[in-house]
Amino acid sequence: MNLRTPRTGGLALLAAVILFLPLALVNNYWYEVAILVGINAIVCVGLNLLIGYAGQISLGHAGFFGLGAYGSAVLTARYGWPPAAALAATTAGVALLALLVGRPILKLKGHYLAMATLGLGVIISIVVVTEDRLTGGPDGMSVPAFTLFGLALAGERLWYWIVGGVLLAAVWIALNLIESPAGRALRALHGSEVGAQVSGIDATRAKLGIFVISAVFASLAGSMTAHYAGFITPGKVGFFHSIELVTMVVFGGMASTFGAVIGAATLTLLPQLLTVLKEYEMVVFGAVLIATMVFLPRGFLPSLVFILKKKQK
Amino acid sequence: MIAPQLCVTALSKAFGGVMAVDQVSFDLEPGKVNSIIGPNGAGKTTLLNLLTGVYAPSAGNVVFDGADVTGLAPHQLAARGMGRTFQNLQVFFNMSALENVMVGRHLRERAGWLAAMLRSPRLAAGERESREEAAGLMQFVGLGEYLGAEADAMPYGALKRLEIARALGGRPKLLLLDEPAAGLNQTETQAINALIVRLAQSGVTVVLVEHNMRLVMGVSDHIVVLDYGRKLCEGSAEQVRNDPRVIEAYLGSAEPEAC
Ligand SMILES: Nc1ncnc2c1ncn2[C@@H]1O[C@H](COP(=O)(O)OP(=O)(O)OP(=O)(O)O)[C@@H](O)[C@H]1O
Ligand SMILES: [Mg+2]
Repeated sequence: MNLRTPRTGGLALLAAVILFLPLALVNNYWYEVAILVGINAIVCVGLNLLIGYAGQISLGHAGFFGLGAYGSAVLTARYGWPPAAALAATTAGVALLALLVGRPILKLKGHYLAMATLGLGVIISIVVVTEDRLTGGPDGMSVPAFTLFGLALAGERLWYWIVGGVLLAAVWIALNLIESPAGRALRALHGSEVGAQVSGIDATRAKLGIFVISAVFASLAGSMTAHYAGFITPGKVGFFHSIELVTMVVFGGMASTFGAVIGAATLTLLPQLLTVLKEYEMVVFGAVLIATMVFLPRGFLPSLVFILKKKQK
Repeated sequence: MIAPQLCVTALSKAFGGVMAVDQVSFDLEPGKVNSIIGPNGAGKTTLLNLLTGVYAPSAGNVVFDGADVTGLAPHQLAARGMGRTFQNLQVFFNMSALENVMVGRHLRERAGWLAAMLRSPRLAAGERESREEAAGLMQFVGLGEYLGAEADAMPYGALKRLEIARALGGRPKLLLLDEPAAGLNQTETQAINALIVRLAQSGVTVVLVEHNMRLVMGVSDHIVVLDYGRKLCEGSAEQVRNDPRVIEAYLGSAEPEAC
């Protein structure tokens, strides 16, 4: 194993961070923050495959996150499904929905795609709020703990390891995908769609595939959040959460998997550290988005790598 | 006579009121170098876009290897054995040079999502093979010194050849080159010339769109002349050179270089 390649080296570094971070997590509050970072990072790693690598925008991924959360919640709380079955059914359902909706939506480009995905997110969020008999409406609903072989998975410490493990797996999968024929096809589409097509790439299929995969990442993160927190509200389904996610990806660095993780970590921590700013969370995110576009158009991690490489020369 | 590899019949493309390609018909024999020439705006690039499925024709049809392929998408035509380069580069500047060529092999790679995400051993082996073959193709087109380069760090002449290497990655039966020598110096143009000859010798049918008349007249087995979207004439280099209509068309507009 060569630790000097970004693949294995980066994965090892991430594993080490996850492994040793608990030494710094002084109380349950910080465990909660770390779990939140991990959850957001999982969504962002998937979203970055779509936005950063394939070059297709989505302003509706909080919708898929919400469907994952509420799918697991409703099936377990209202219908008494075993959580594992609910998780599987919800994930498959979200994948199918993304497949069906993605087909017409992904024919659109640029602003039109942004508007269509935004619309999708808004519709999902409205459905969650209005179907109050199932979802509890704006008040939210409580969710049973995830049980596996009769054992309830509960507590911040346990969930820290679960989320950490899933994040590591998500990053590994994303890195694998990028360095594969399918991943190259996505990057090629981003570089030149017509160049990709004449090379034999079915653009519609490739975009649809990565749209579904990124939706599944978001949905899984949603399901985990529901069971871990034991309670969900429509806040995480709405438009603002979609914007938060995109900002994390853009800030961390588009087309950089570890950048997406750093973006998620930074922008999840920022409001926690500057508690005075919590009221102005939206303003902070807006400002970060604008500042990134103006000063670091490649995003944080790619810019850092660029500067370090230049210094080496 | 050998069965033609490509039969183009009354192919047309209108942009608004402009007939960019107007009732153009011709046949191409396999394994030959065929050039399409004509003054600026004659419709050469539009014709290539029609043949490779980038544009859908307004009328007419295209038969490739005996099958009607009119209206097929570019990736479907690529799967049937067409490869092409672009006049205005369509390089993947977000990737390395080698990766650009590896994309050209797409149709011959295992592109499944699940195998990719879990990096199956077979996929990993395929990746190594892909790298080696792409490197070989880069050597073949004379890009050996750029094996480790990022595409956005390469000079224009090298990028032109990078597109050729990418197209060759698909092992095309029909290779369409849109002005491969534009902007290249004498030495680079000679390299392209030699490359085209080698490709034709290996059995690839070449369609060359080019303004450099020395190159065209030197390598072409057959030449089709377009003017204002219409076919003016076709024939051997000798026939075309001496055709008064061709001379008229060129003298009436842009001067061809070094005729
Ligand atoms: N996408 C388009 N939309 C509208 N008009 C177009 C389009 N593409 C080409 N045209 C027009 O069609 C005509 C033929 O253009 P084309 O690019 O095919 O010429 P060409 O022979 O390749 O010229 P050149 O030698 O300059 O490359 C021109 O009048 C051009 O303006
Ligand atoms: Mg042209």
